[in-house]
Amino acid sequence: MFPTKKRDTYFESILKSGYSRRDFMKFATFMAAYMGLETTAIGQIAEKLQNTPRVPVIWEHFQECTCCSESFIRSDHPIVADIILDQISLDYTMTLMAASGHQAEAAKHDTMEKFKGKYILCVEGSVPLGDDGNYCTIAGRTAIDILKESAEGAAAIIAWGSCASNGCVQAAAPNPTNAVPIHKIIKNKPIIRVPGCPPIGEVMAGVIVHYVTFGRLPETDRLGRPKAFYAKRVHDSCYRRPYYDAGLFAETFDDENAKEGYCLYKVGCRGPMTYNSCGTIKWNNGVSFPIQSGHGCIGCSEDNFWDNGPFYERMTNMPGFGIESNADKVGKVAAVAVGAGLVAHGVVANVRKRRFLKTRITRGKENLQQLDVENNKTEE
Amino acid sequence: MATNNFKRVFVWEMPVRVFHWITVGTVTSLTITGFLIANPPAIMSASEATGSYWFGVVRFIHFLSAYIFFFNMLMRIYWSFVGNKFAHWSNFWPFNKKRLKNVLHVLKVDVLLMNEKEHDLTNLSVGHNAVAGFSYLVLFLLALVQVFTGFGLYADMSGWFLPKMFGWVVPALGGDFAARMWHHVTMWVMIIFVMIHIYLVFFHDWLEGRGETSSMISGYKFVRKERIRDPESITEQAVEKIEKEFEKETEG
Ligand code: SF4
Repeated sequence: MFPTKKRDTYFESILKSGYSRRDFMKFATFMAAYMGLETTAIGQIAEKLQNTPRVPVIWEHFQECTCCSESFIRSDHPIVADIILDQISLDYTMTLMAASGHQAEAAKHDTMEKFKGKYILCVEGSVPLGDDGNYCTIAGRTAIDILKESAEGAAAIIAWGSCASNGCVQAAAPNPTNAVPIHKIIKNKPIIRVPGCPPIGEVMAGVIVHYVTFGRLPETDRLGRPKAFYAKRVHDSCYRRPYYDAGLFAETFDDENAKEGYCLYKVGCRGPMTYNSCGTIKWNNGVSFPIQSGHGCIGCSEDNFWDNGPFYERMTNMPGFGIESNADKVGKVAAVAVGAGLVAHGVVANVRKRRFLKTRITRGKENLQQLDVENNKTEE
Repeated sequence: MATNNFKRVFVWEMPVRVFHWITVGTVTSLTITGFLIANPPAIMSASEATGSYWFGVVRFIHFLSAYIFFFNMLMRIYWSFVGNKFAHWSNFWPFNKKRLKNVLHVLKVDVLLMNEKEHDLTNLSVGHNAVAGFSYLVLFLLALVQVFTGFGLYADMSGWFLPKMFGWVVPALGGDFAARMWHHVTMWVMIIFVMIHIYLVFFHDWLEGRGETSSMISGYKFVRKERIRDPESITEQAVEKIEKEFEKETEG
């Protein structure tokens, strides 16, 4: 099943697919730029890709919609799709592999055994824990089983997309299948999270090339996301940012301001709360990204983005106060209630302490009279 | 009817008063700009972004006020160790016998508005009463929530180590959404605190007539003469001392 000859290096595969060396160098430069590396790293990348046999990748699909794969095969640079994905690395990916049925399963197990501890496991989709995991079964086995098995011999795991990194829509309240992201199940492997619904294809290529070049996963932030792509908010690289800073906002999607291209903050844009690089890498070969197409960011790469309130309002829901309640509504009611309570307290205080107040007032008045007498005396 | 005599007592030292009013100023500006940032009015249209930056300015004021608020708070923490006994940190911790007794008194007389059978002067606190003191501890904790979530949200826009130190807060809370929500909710709790605080200042001033309101400006509160150990001699000594010093200065 598996080729017995020495595996091709990345470079060899690239040449075999009809790309020139020049294309290859461009690709190396391109990847270095995406990963935020300095120019001297280009040589390093090129050298590694030339000498390293491809890293085998097993791609598991669980509860997902395949938008992540779709995004990946539409990455900006053709080599990303052709080489990293198409013929070379992906030994097993349900949606794209030629093999099927027992053949495919056999190929997967072959890779798992042969490259134990060396392959990269890429997981797309969340894993349901409810009802013994029976909500998602493939070839008669539950997703939990399959994941545990393929994670066992993986060198590293890429949680590809929001489902695998934070549960996405399946994990949204009330989460009927009890879907969880993979880091809730696999604890003993390095997991890099690449959230997004879907994530940007270049990020994945970046992660793999980084792994090939430096032998380890790229630097991640506190949430396990590669820093090179998730260190900034969409808002910080948004081309509408000058409108935001100038206080120029669209109020509805069809007003004059929206046509002017003003900032979409007031119609619910989540760019200010979302970490991703849509504003710089963009989508579909760099054609556009949601905000450029006139729709606010929905924060698809943030944890719980489905449960964080309506997409077209600025406010986020407040937990524990029911649907459609936000901090301002609750705050206003509380402030009015407290205000009324204080007024009532003030009134009652004056009634209850009336005798005390009366003596004080009488004393004060008496003293006032004394004061007048003295003043008159001195005047006389 | 006999008149009560009061003595002027220096309660709130300058740093305490300055702290109070800087807090008032910064919290006000933080709240106003905070509301604007949460829900900016679209006051302009049909213009270009070039040369206009009002929302950026609003945000700048918010961040600037936050820094002032923060350092002011640090100063107050320092002062709670070196200041006079009314500024001391123990005022904010009501869990000892004497203070718990005072808590009970305040709850009965000031909150539930019961009348005392016998008026006991020592029940009136000169500085903070025990309940008020504790409420300031709660306020301090609310302020900490604001500092942590606020700087946490700010961390990624800053290159300075101070806000960067709070970078772990946002992931710990589960993202910007949650951090922003708590920041916003806590602001509302602080607004409600301010309402109650202002009401109670007026309440005490009106019922006790001890200069509660003005004390935060002048530093003085008025205390019944009976409570001062030797009212005459203290003042006389003090006055004599000042006069002597003054004489020396004018001679030299
Ligand atoms: S459109 Fe969204 S991301 Fe862009 S500046 Fe406005 S709020 Fe920020």
